[in-house]
Amino acid sequence: MHRGHQLRLEGITHRFGEFVAVQGIDLDIAGGEIIALLGPSGCGKSTILRIVSGFISQTQGRVMFDGEEVDHLPPNRRAVGIVFQNYALFPHMTVRQNVAFGLEAQKWQRDRIAPRVDEMLSLVHMREFAERMPRELSGGQQQRVALARCLAVDPKVLLLDEPFGALDKNLRLDMQIEVKRLQREYGITTILVTHDQEEALSMADRIAVMSRGCIEQVSSPTEIYDQPATLFVNQFVGTTNIIPGELIESDATACRVRLVTGETLEATSRPGLHAGAKVVVSIRPEHMRLQDEFVPNCMRGSVKAVLPLGPYVLYEIELGAGATIKVSAPRRAAGDSLRALGQMVHAAPAKVAACLVFPSQ
Amino acid sequence: MRFSESQLALPLAALFVTFFVAPLSVLVALSLVTEQGGNTFTAVHYIKFFTDSFNYSILFETLLLGLKATGVCLLFGYPIAWIAARAKARWQSVLIFLVILPILTSVVVRTFSWIVILGRQGILNQIVLGLGLSHEPVQLLFTEVGVVIVLAQVQMPLMVLPILTVLTRVDTNLADASRALGAGEWRTLWRVTLPLSLPGIVAGCILTYSACVTAFVTQTLIGGARLIYMPLQIYQQAIGANNWPFAAAISVIFMIAVLALISLFGMFGRRV
Ligand SMILES: Nc1ncnc2c1ncn2[C@@H]1O[C@H](COP(=O)(O)OP(=O)(O)OP(=O)(O)O)[C@@H](O)[C@H]1O
Ligand SMILES: [Mg+2]
Repeated sequence: MHRGHQLRLEGITHRFGEFVAVQGIDLDIAGGEIIALLGPSGCGKSTILRIVSGFISQTQGRVMFDGEEVDHLPPNRRAVGIVFQNYALFPHMTVRQNVAFGLEAQKWQRDRIAPRVDEMLSLVHMREFAERMPRELSGGQQQRVALARCLAVDPKVLLLDEPFGALDKNLRLDMQIEVKRLQREYGITTILVTHDQEEALSMADRIAVMSRGCIEQVSSPTEIYDQPATLFVNQFVGTTNIIPGELIESDATACRVRLVTGETLEATSRPGLHAGAKVVVSIRPEHMRLQDEFVPNCMRGSVKAVLPLGPYVLYEIELGAGATIKVSAPRRAAGDSLRALGQMVHAAPAKVAACLVFPSQ
Repeated sequence: MRFSESQLALPLAALFVTFFVAPLSVLVALSLVTEQGGNTFTAVHYIKFFTDSFNYSILFETLLLGLKATGVCLLFGYPIAWIAARAKARWQSVLIFLVILPILTSVVVRTFSWIVILGRQGILNQIVLGLGLSHEPVQLLFTEVGVVIVLAQVQMPLMVLPILTVLTRVDTNLADASRALGAGEWRTLWRVTLPLSLPGIVAGCILTYSACVTAFVTQTLIGGARLIYMPLQIYQQAIGANNWPFAAAISVIFMIAVLALISLFGMFGRRV
């Protein structure tokens, strides 16, 4: 088992004519690591994959595998495996021929090809389907074949462009587990492109959140979720409540914000933000508690909507000054009574660390 | 989905049925009587055709001419379609316009311009002589090579358009997948793009072939009097020799031969 190859993107910028599709991308991916590119549609995720695989050559910057520049290599000499969203199996070839295609192209000895194809098909549990045509397979089966075809040639880097987008929810979960298993087993450096945050959070060692061609933050899933670097990351990953306010005082760790509702709230301070700055406070719905009595550091409001969602209840609370927030409360025991519409409640952050401030835009 | 590509030829077939079935029956009936207006049925014209080697050498030459012209058409048409399929929208329309240009000009004008190009004093020969590629003019007009060149140019749209249609429908990810798996441009073309565009190639060949073998004006004006192909032979028997039943008989033979070849193309396309 090899350790996997290291991949490095250095100052990658790409323009389509005047339009800047990706800008100043710096990314270091360790051997065997799986990194997710997460971002809204059109933010340049596929463009980065196409640059790494050599289908487009970037306007600026360098792509390096194990410290060696590969920008001069055409796609067929880069040893990059790609799985496309629609799998792109060759429709005129059987499953076996599809998997053998790359081996033949890379001039493997004839007698080594068949055993290798069998090995790869067993790995993805598709051995009994070897003689089928791609159109005779289900979506998940096609994806397994696409993976086998791609891994058969032992690529240095595996690129997955929204690989689970076309699968239904249950199958998606199965395939995510399967892909993760294969990725571990092979120790292959992987970039997973997705706009599904759950997929990124569950599969990746690190997540690079992108917006409009730039990387906003690269961190571990928990860090992305708990300590987002920017408001965009905070809002894109998970849901959060945004309440505008003004910074009253701030020290190295904590700060106090006067909200538009008139209340003051304690939050984690952010370097560069000083007293008097216009800010927004962000608190995730699951990081708040509802209480009947006033406690210091809370927001008072009335219950506007109650949505029982099984394991938890989502309340919409109307604060003063037209602000509303969402609070999700776990249901600890069956028969827990819900709060009534119109009831006055106090929403308090569970911890100061759960309250983040960002400069207001 | 799999068979629909060969159905590209369907509109042509529909036209064929409505406008040719009736005249065709008359033609077949005519070919089976001894003389025009007669009512004794006979196979004498068919026997005459097959006992005279001159006749079936004409048939053979005509069918072969079609194959050659179709081959040249494919050789140039496929790359044109391939380039057009990958070109940016603006260049694609320019290319398509250039390719269909022959259809937009009259047959006679187009053929005479070719005579100007191919003749002994023609543009082509002046270039050849000017470049010193040959000491004397190359004979192109009134030769089979000339006919093949002109037919290939004239019928090019019939080859390019069906191939282009199929190529633009082929998922571009397939070629990318092939490249990423280590296949070079040529292997990708040969193993992926070409097989997937086969339905378009077959449709194009069928259209081009049937147009080439029956191109009376081009064959006659470029080929001259010494090169006789089936359409001219039919014309001469009917109008020149006033032997309508014989003309009808060889028309029927010609038609069956062409249809047989075309269905062979079609079978090839379906098998792969
Ligand atoms: N060939 C091209 N010519 C011009 N603009 C392009 C081209 N390819 C992509 N773009 C633009 O570049 C931007 C990034 O495209 P890209 O395909 O990388 O987005 P993406 O993040 O993969 O989006 P999605 O999640 O929808 O797949 C988009 O705004 C797109 O319009
Ligand atoms: Mg994309």
